[in-house]
Amino acid sequence: MTEKASGITEPQPRGAVIRGNHPVDQSEAAGRFMAAPIHQKMHDARLWDLRQKRDAEMHIIPEWEDLRQLASDIKQHTLTHLDQYLEQFETNAKVNGIHVHWAKDGQEHNSIVLEILKKHGAKKLIKSKSMLTEECDFRHSMAENGISVIETDLGERIQQLDGEMPSHVVVPAVHKLRSDVAQVFSKTLGTDPDNDDVHYLTEQQRETTRPLILDADAGMTGCNFAVAETGTVVVCTNEGNADLSANTPPLHIVSMGIEKVIPRLDDLPVFVRMLSRSALGSPITQYTSHFRGPRKGGEMHIVLVDNGRTTRLGMEKFWTSLKCIRCGACMNTCPVFRRSGGLSYGATYAGPIGLILDPTFNKHKYRNLPFASTMNGSCTNVCPVKINIHEQIADWRKELASVGEIPFAKKAMMKAAGEILASPKLYRAGLPLANSTLRHLPRFMLYNRLNTWGRGREMPHAPRETFHQWYARNRAGKKKDVSE
Amino acid sequence: MKVGLFVPCYVDMLHPEVGVATLELLERFGLDVEYPQDQTCCGQPMVNTGCEKEAAATEALFVRNFEQYDYVVMPSGSCTNQVRNNMTAVEQTDAVKHVRSRTYELVEFLHDVLKVEEFPWAEFPHKVALHNNCNTLRNLRIASMTERREEFFSKPIDLLSKVRGLEIVKLSRPDECCGFGGTFSVFEEGISAKMGHDKAMDQQASGAQYVTSSDGSCLLHQEGCARRAGTDVKYIHIAQILNGARA
Repeated sequence: MTEKASGITEPQPRGAVIRGNHPVDQSEAAGRFMAAPIHQKMHDARLWDLRQKRDAEMHIIPEWEDLRQLASDIKQHTLTHLDQYLEQFETNAKVNGIHVHWAKDGQEHNSIVLEILKKHGAKKLIKSKSMLTEECDFRHSMAENGISVIETDLGERIQQLDGEMPSHVVVPAVHKLRSDVAQVFSKTLGTDPDNDDVHYLTEQQRETTRPLILDADAGMTGCNFAVAETGTVVVCTNEGNADLSANTPPLHIVSMGIEKVIPRLDDLPVFVRMLSRSALGSPITQYTSHFRGPRKGGEMHIVLVDNGRTTRLGMEKFWTSLKCIRCGACMNTCPVFRRSGGLSYGATYAGPIGLILDPTFNKHKYRNLPFASTMNGSCTNVCPVKINIHEQIADWRKELASVGEIPFAKKAMMKAAGEILASPKLYRAGLPLANSTLRHLPRFMLYNRLNTWGRGREMPHAPRETFHQWYARNRAGKKKDVSE
Repeated sequence: MKVGLFVPCYVDMLHPEVGVATLELLERFGLDVEYPQDQTCCGQPMVNTGCEKEAAATEALFVRNFEQYDYVVMPSGSCTNQVRNNMTAVEQTDAVKHVRSRTYELVEFLHDVLKVEEFPWAEFPHKVALHNNCNTLRNLRIASMTERREEFFSKPIDLLSKVRGLEIVKLSRPDECCGFGGTFSVFEEGISAKMGHDKAMDQQASGAQYVTSSDGSCLLHQEGCARRAGTDVKYIHIAQILNGARA
């Protein structure tokens, strides 16, 4: 062991077990994350620190709440005129010399990109971070077709080397300790497994990745905002890796979800002022790059991807989730996310926004996710575009229950509870008798295999009588009944 | 003013003294308070689990029990939120609308409706940490929240500041959910208990002798976690402090 070693040997807990279309068991994976206390504690502290930095930045801006409303209104307007702004964007992008493609889903996105690469004889692609390409399972698809893909965002590169999905939309490897990264790099880049000094690890990654960047045939970026009136694309990063990806090779491909469009350049600052403040508690990302067209001798393509977005736009209770700008503030503030790790959700999107996006892709597979929440509402109130996340979580529970996507035992228990609670006689009959040892919760909560109260908590002490009995004894004259 | 008292099921069974304190406190202000004996539940367990249809009959019973009162008062913010904001399974008759609009959580009833200026009988010479239930904080807006850029306000602290000898201590994460979450506490037991243990440790570290809240469900969960974690902080409902409990 070197002087640079942290000495941490706790292995990294892995994410949710994925079994085809079976419902993902988030709480099982969260349990394993919490069983790794060094990881769990670090994860909670790191993300809570981001939340606190976000609060500090918010207090610097007197008009913060007005900005949130404005951002929400701009998105609302754009989404309700989406066809119009997308066509305007396409027209202006073409005027700028950009090739524009439309993809109805992830598969079509991947085929379009593959066609472009083939036309240029490109085999080596570098890319910056993009949640949309995660939706499209882009890297696997390219690998199957003989295209090598290198992630240029450091966190995303770590995740790629480790064969894991990003666990957070902004800080994809936030669940890892440096000792975990040392293990990954030692296996994939040949670094010293006992040296987890961050400078050493970063330098090694840089030394091994730079040649791949310089050697690439094509570059891909995501898109944070697309401006309809100018036909330009804006990408925000802290590492400048979108610029590396777009400007090093002669071919630049942009993957863009159709909800990323905003009407005017004047609308952009509203979002730029809030994006990094909400995400990391920094005033602005280090790089806010505007891509206005192909550079001399180069070629630029934009692939506009739907992948379920127009369907979502038609969902009365859930369409405003399309306002999301992927800042991750809801994840940082979520007490469940901080304690379970993003990979426990087993889906492209983790945390509160994931709970309301993932079921739009697959109601069965992600049916447990909307229940991984206390519905405390912190997410809704940090959201820079004012998505009513916790209310949509509640609405998803109703939606899932109404289409039979909640476990039978849970449904049966709620049906029984509903019948007992609607009848004063049944309800009173089901309560533990007074003056006996009241050791447990009421029967309808207790006598089923789902009761787990006592595992981590003590049972309350037994009172001598219920309030109901006390009232009958002390205020008997005031009896008030309604007939059943 | 005729007031109907709703005593949440877990208060009735596990902490009857909170129901008694709420009743006595309201009676101190000369109100005509009744406890309809056929009451059961507000419907929240079913609604929060997505089973809205299963909640309809319970909601209807709630309305039958309380429709004849000017106000419905309860020592629970989450039940109040269910009635006021989420009681939609039952048909929205005039009676339902009346009950929903006249239902108050105890603190906001004292603060906003009765506008209580003093509690001459109340004295609580202890260090107290306040826990705001998330529904009470973010849906009923009983206090300002740290997520938003807004002026500080707190209805429970306004009331507690009128209690002799009581000293409020601050938590490091005052708005963090304690993990109760209704049926979440049973269905997602692991995370729920972990959040509760973290909350109990924060309360212990604050130097608080007591934790108080206007919501008994959070206290029930927190006390269970604190006893398991071995801390010595005590838990008491705000109704008891305002009604003159000394310890």
